[in-house]
Amino acid sequence: MPEIIWTIIEASIKALAVVGGIQLMAALNVYLERKISAFAQNRIGPNRVGPFGTLQPFADVFKLFLKEDIVPKNADKFFHSLAPVLSLSIAIAVWAVIPFSSYVDIGDRRIYMGIAPDINVGLLFILAMTSVGVYGITLAGWSSNNKYSLLGGLRSSAQMISYELSMGLSLIGIVLITGSLSLNDIVNHQLAWDGWRWNIFLQPVGFVIFLITAFAETNRAPFDLPEAEPELVGGFNTEYSGMKFGMFFLAEYANMTTSSVLIVLFYLGGWALPVPAETLGLKDGSIALAAAHFLVFFIKVLMLLFFFIWVRWSIPRFRYDQLMNLGWKILLPISLLNVLLTALGVLYLK
Amino acid sequence: MIETYVPLIVMLVVGFGVGFLFMLLSEWLGARRTTDGKQTTYESGMIPRGTARDRFSIKFYMVAMSFIVFDIEVVFMYPWAVQLGTLGMTAFWTMFVFVLILFVGYFYEYKKGGFEWD
Amino acid sequence: MNWYNIVFYLFALIVLVSAAGVVFSRKMMYAAFSLLFTFFGVAGLYVLLNADFIAVTQIMVYIGGILILIIFGVMLTSKFTDLEIKSGTTGTVQYVLAGISTIIVAAALIIMYLNVDWVQNPVPELESTVKPIGILLMTKYFLAFQVAAILLLLAFIGAAKIARRK
Repeated sequence: MPEIIWTIIEASIKALAVVGGIQLMAALNVYLERKISAFAQNRIGPNRVGPFGTLQPFADVFKLFLKEDIVPKNADKFFHSLAPVLSLSIAIAVWAVIPFSSYVDIGDRRIYMGIAPDINVGLLFILAMTSVGVYGITLAGWSSNNKYSLLGGLRSSAQMISYELSMGLSLIGIVLITGSLSLNDIVNHQLAWDGWRWNIFLQPVGFVIFLITAFAETNRAPFDLPEAEPELVGGFNTEYSGMKFGMFFLAEYANMTTSSVLIVLFYLGGWALPVPAETLGLKDGSIALAAAHFLVFFIKVLMLLFFFIWVRWSIPRFRYDQLMNLGWKILLPISLLNVLLTALGVLYLK
Repeated sequence: MIETYVPLIVMLVVGFGVGFLFMLLSEWLGARRTTDGKQTTYESGMIPRGTARDRFSIKFYMVAMSFIVFDIEVVFMYPWAVQLGTLGMTAFWTMFVFVLILFVGYFYEYKKGGFEWD
Repeated sequence: MNWYNIVFYLFALIVLVSAAGVVFSRKMMYAAFSLLFTFFGVAGLYVLLNADFIAVTQIMVYIGGILILIIFGVMLTSKFTDLEIKSGTTGTVQYVLAGISTIIVAAALIIMYLNVDWVQNPVPELESTVKPIGILLMTKYFLAFQVAAILLLLAFIGAAKIARRK
């Protein structure tokens, strides 16, 4: 059988596994969000379905599938159905270039833990997918033919493209240090064990900017203006019901996972173990080492997810003018300055 | 090198497959008891007035325009950033001038109040 | 026919069908949205040519920026979005003129297609196109790089000027 068929089979298996993983993570996020918000507000939270209410998100999803799918009479039916598909599919497609552990050698075949983590322009692919993600929300807002939806969709797209610039610029600092756009290279650069090489120590300003823009890109509080209930009812998803609403919901939580994963990969050392792998007696390419790497990685991601939820239940929402001011007047100049200073640092210190 | 892109295309196909599957399932499995009231546009319980196909602020258009200009700048910066180590100081000053030229536009827009929202 | 050709024709089909969609759509929003698939298909063709950086740039700038601008523009001129575009008002003179210019352009394209000695170069095997682009931009095409900055500046100021005029 030609090599290309094997590549396709391997990629398909990985893709299905990743899709399943994303859905499970979304369910976990929903559960954590409800439990932590309950804790923050001195409530109990879900505790009926399954042990400690852990099956609640699954019950919610099955319920949503069986709910009536209402399409308003004035809406553009084609785009109204397409918008949630775009949102969810793009949220999944980003995972094509994201690695989540080191590699495993099986026989003479080296299997990377990720679908295509070695792509030369992986980092740019993520930015490109982020910019395509705007369409789902814009089209949802426009096609519903509802004033709240339109305003929510417009606000959201303007917000996302504004913060995308600072996000792209903050990542240039990392590219300057690493000299590569492949996500595997970026993590491996941080793995080199001569002291702590995590990018957060070399790029503290970039880290803060990326963190803020990650909140803005996922439309999470305090940047959840597109669905600011007091003024816009539900924002772009006002006219959605059933699983089409559920798809926006899933996409939001999938994006939250993606953002946490990206922060870990770019700034927090990826799957770097707290001690060198040699001292644990684990060999490169062994399943044990890959599992240890994945565990460390997963713990870091969970901590960031907790941070995302913690922020949502602690900080009030921005006003729209404050949001745009922060994006254009503060973050953009600072991130440009950060790029130039990092460039000088790379030139003088290397 | 093209072979490395095959898994990416597979992922795109799977991603969109899942999206369309969910949409179709939602349309097939969902209950169907449609009434006129359900299908009207939601306007906080009021009878909807006019349509949402109305004009909106030109500011959104300006944001998109400013975005394109700076997005192209960011895209130009990536090849530069990858190679800066080997290119040296001249490349730094080249990029500095490039950023400076675009910052004139940024400053103009700033002073004109293009980034002010009310 | 190997898989490379199959993928090529797949992307070419996406480009052609969606481009036809842009031209023949009766509603502006559908035309604008078809353009998304045209841009995407072209990005796919770039990947097949080993031009990975250009492909991603195509998605980032054209789909992420310019098409958003076009869609905002369509939404701003709200009266057009639901309006059916008709060509019933054109007269005979327009038809004749349009027909003649179409024939001239088509003839020029066919003549060029038949006369050019098409060379098929093997696609170069490069490690990554990002690094050579970085070096060339900073050395050989240094001037073009700075002219691009000035061009962007002009576009930016022009847009600001037009938008501010009350």
